[in-house]
Amino acid sequence: MASGREIKTKIKSTQNMRKVTRALEMVSAAKIRRAQDLMKASRPYARLMRKVIAHVAQASTEFSHPFLSEREQVARVGYIVVSTDRGLCGGLNSNMFRRLLPAIAEWQKQGVQVDVVAIGQKAISFFRRIKGVNLVGSVSHLGEKPKLEQLVGVIKVMMDAYTANALDRVFLAYSDFVNTMTQKPTIDALLPLPLVAAEMEAHQAAGESAYAGVKLEVGHDWDYLYEPDAQTVIEHVLGRYIESVVYQATLENLASEHAARMVAMKAASDNANKVIDTLTLTYNKARQAAITQEISEIVGGAAAV
Amino acid sequence: MTPTIRVDIVSAEAEIFSGDATMVVATGELGELGITPRHAPLITRLKPGHVDVLLENGDRQQFYVSGGILEVQPQVVTVLADTAARAADLDEASAQRAMKEAQDALANRSDAIEIAEAQTKLTEAMAQLQALERLRKNLKH
Repeated sequence: MASGREIKTKIKSTQNMRKVTRALEMVSAAKIRRAQDLMKASRPYARLMRKVIAHVAQASTEFSHPFLSEREQVARVGYIVVSTDRGLCGGLNSNMFRRLLPAIAEWQKQGVQVDVVAIGQKAISFFRRIKGVNLVGSVSHLGEKPKLEQLVGVIKVMMDAYTANALDRVFLAYSDFVNTMTQKPTIDALLPLPLVAAEMEAHQAAGESAYAGVKLEVGHDWDYLYEPDAQTVIEHVLGRYIESVVYQATLENLASEHAARMVAMKAASDNANKVIDTLTLTYNKARQAAITQEISEIVGGAAAV
Repeated sequence: MTPTIRVDIVSAEAEIFSGDATMVVATGELGELGITPRHAPLITRLKPGHVDVLLENGDRQQFYVSGGILEVQPQVVTVLADTAARAADLDEASAQRAMKEAQDALANRSDAIEIAEAQTKLTEAMAQLQALERLRKNLKH
């Protein structure tokens, strides 16, 4: 049996660990609120943007944008992967990567090249290690209040590649914030938009709140007055739309990060408590045993005299 | 009663205004626009400037936008405002930066990644050592 002092040091170090995990847990609990507020604040934009896009898709324009037409030959696909910057958030990132890898492997089996842009440090270091995947752009350290401008660069890399026919499909992978206990690794189609429309219908059928209120008004043929012209405006709108979707995903991911970290740290604190309890019991037992032994030694010694 | 039109002004980071108005004045790419109820469908880019909303009670609310999109449907005006100044060359610069950062990460130049990777390797090695030690102990007994 371990000596009393040994157990005591173990208890001390476990207690220190518990202090850290508890602090992390509380910090995340506070940050989760702010992240959720951010998420909510950005939702109206995304909702209205979707409405405008739906209108644009409905308007009978003579102009067709590459974002709106599906290509039959797929030679190269792109993934925008949103991850956290820091660890200690349970299986959040690895769950997402685990969903992503089979999808990527599937493309590679078909001889399709895969390009990736990474948002967040974890995705950057992950895709550095993965062979056969080109990391074409990255951004990290967005902080607690990500700004859309921080993401413009990586999004542009993907959109430009798509417009230049270097990519035929673009997907977006992130951890969707369902609630504090649940974060869902999600892969959404981003480009071309017909895929998006199909997915939107699926979401709507599933009754997901973020997509509620986007109803297509069916009516007679009509078209917008475009200023200055259809191409410029539609390009601009679609670009902004893609940006808003990626921005929204980043905020979802941020809220997921804090939620996952809170839960993981709570579990760690609970485990530390358990360890401390067991160790204290062992310590007391050892102490008791030492005392008993001492007494019996004394008694034995007295009897011998 | 004067006819009104619904106005929604949002930016990617916040909801700015939502309500009914008798007229909306904004600076479109081709010039000033005054939008009253039952305007024909129109969509345009906005220039940096004010968006004025004339409310039913005669009040006027002013918002500054640094660009964005204005969509007009007969009953609804939607303003999707940009949060920051945007220009093609600025966007290009940030795209370049994103690509460069990825290249840097690939070229082993980022210390943070190095440390994170070294740490994972270290924990792996430590776990292996522990397992070995346990094996050795078991063999002894």
